[in-house]
Amino acid sequence: MHEWALAESIVFTVNEEAVKEKLKDITMVKVKVGELQQIELDIFKFALENVLPLSSIPLNMARIDIEIDESTLKCNVCRNEWNFRDAAGKLPEEESEAIHFIPEVAHIYMRCPRCGSPDFEIAKGRGVWIDYIEGER
Amino acid sequence: MDPRLNIIDKRFENVKRIIAVSGGKGGIGKSLTASALALLLTKQGFRTGLLDLDFCGPSDHVILGIEGVFPEEDKGIIPPEVLGIRFMSITYFAGYNPVPLRGSEVSNAIIELLAITRWNELDFLIIDMPPGTGDPALDIIRLIKRVEFLIVTTQSRVALAVAKKELQVLKELGIPVAGVLENMRLKEQSAVKEELSCFEVPFLGSILFDYSLEDALGDPLKLLKTDFAVELEKIVKALC
Ligand SMILES: Nc1ncnc2c1ncn2[C@@H]1O[C@H](COP(=O)(O)OP(=O)(O)O)[C@@H](O)[C@H]1O
Ligand SMILES: [Mg+2]
Ligand SMILES: [Zn+2]
Repeated sequence: MHEWALAESIVFTVNEEAVKEKLKDITMVKVKVGELQQIELDIFKFALENVLPLSSIPLNMARIDIEIDESTLKCNVCRNEWNFRDAAGKLPEEESEAIHFIPEVAHIYMRCPRCGSPDFEIAKGRGVWIDYIEGER
Repeated sequence: MDPRLNIIDKRFENVKRIIAVSGGKGGIGKSLTASALALLLTKQGFRTGLLDLDFCGPSDHVILGIEGVFPEEDKGIIPPEVLGIRFMSITYFAGYNPVPLRGSEVSNAIIELLAITRWNELDFLIIDMPPGTGDPALDIIRLIKRVEFLIVTTQSRVALAVAKKELQVLKELGIPVAGVLENMRLKEQSAVKEELSCFEVPFLGSILFDYSLEDALGDPLKLLKTDFAVELEKIVKALC
């Protein structure tokens, strides 16, 4: 996912939850991002700094914790399991960038290392989600 | 919570009308209609975007002869302007490769694409849909609140039966239908208009089977001169 879109979507989501839950102060936002998204933390932090002023509720950078979720890829044909990290190093930059924007295109550029099938499942390490938001009313 | 869902609405904030060109069957002219519609709207001075959402069979770049362009990165990705159209397609990321995706993955990829694409100011966004009322159609309905559908069908009983099913689904979900277009008409008489009258949606008109079309694919100027485009232009005026 694009770092800037990620930063914006987190801020909007926290804002919406704050209204829903009547929170006045946000003490912690836990974000998990799949490894396939290949988020560059420096760019993400820079984007977040720029997006935070848009927030309708005060949000502090230090209270947004982002954790990278390690990946598991599972072959639907031979049941082999492997991870993106080990395989990613061998991908040309263009392909790895395409996966950064749309992780599903991993199916185009990657194959099961054991049987060569493109029919694998991204069992873990794909998504972007907010694990929890903590705050005070 | 999937934070991506909260940004999608904002991505379309400055888009006036969003029209999904759909129809139950494959090969009935959805992509041709969507592409030509985008060209014609641009020609009439509307700021127009075209989004090819048929991940398994993207065609708009072939129909319009679009090659060698790529989105610009700026706080997200900005669809390049080609032929005056802001054009977005999975082909930027998939190249010429086949895209073997399962249903839930198609959904995820659509959400991702909608979340990262910045459309800015548009009068029309035309979405070229894959056939049917599966995941992509339901996702678009779920994620883009203001979407309208333009249903393409042919007079064939086979296409018509599926078009009816789609209209039924849209009616049930309360999704506006901008109109129905009959494409590839071969015979003098056609029952399409009558057959669909019970759905109370605008019948936009019929376009004949056009034998000159194949030679015009990939060449936008030639495409605009085909009988297909000339007929569609009349229909577009009814739509705006
Ligand atoms: N009115 C028409 N006359 C002749 N050929 C047509 C007409 N409409 C579409 N076609 C051709 O039919 C084929 C399928 O059209 P396409 O737009 O790709 O269908 P879909 O997107 O519904 O699968 C294309 O080769 C297209 O050029
Ligand atoms: Mg098509
Ligand atoms: Zn395998």
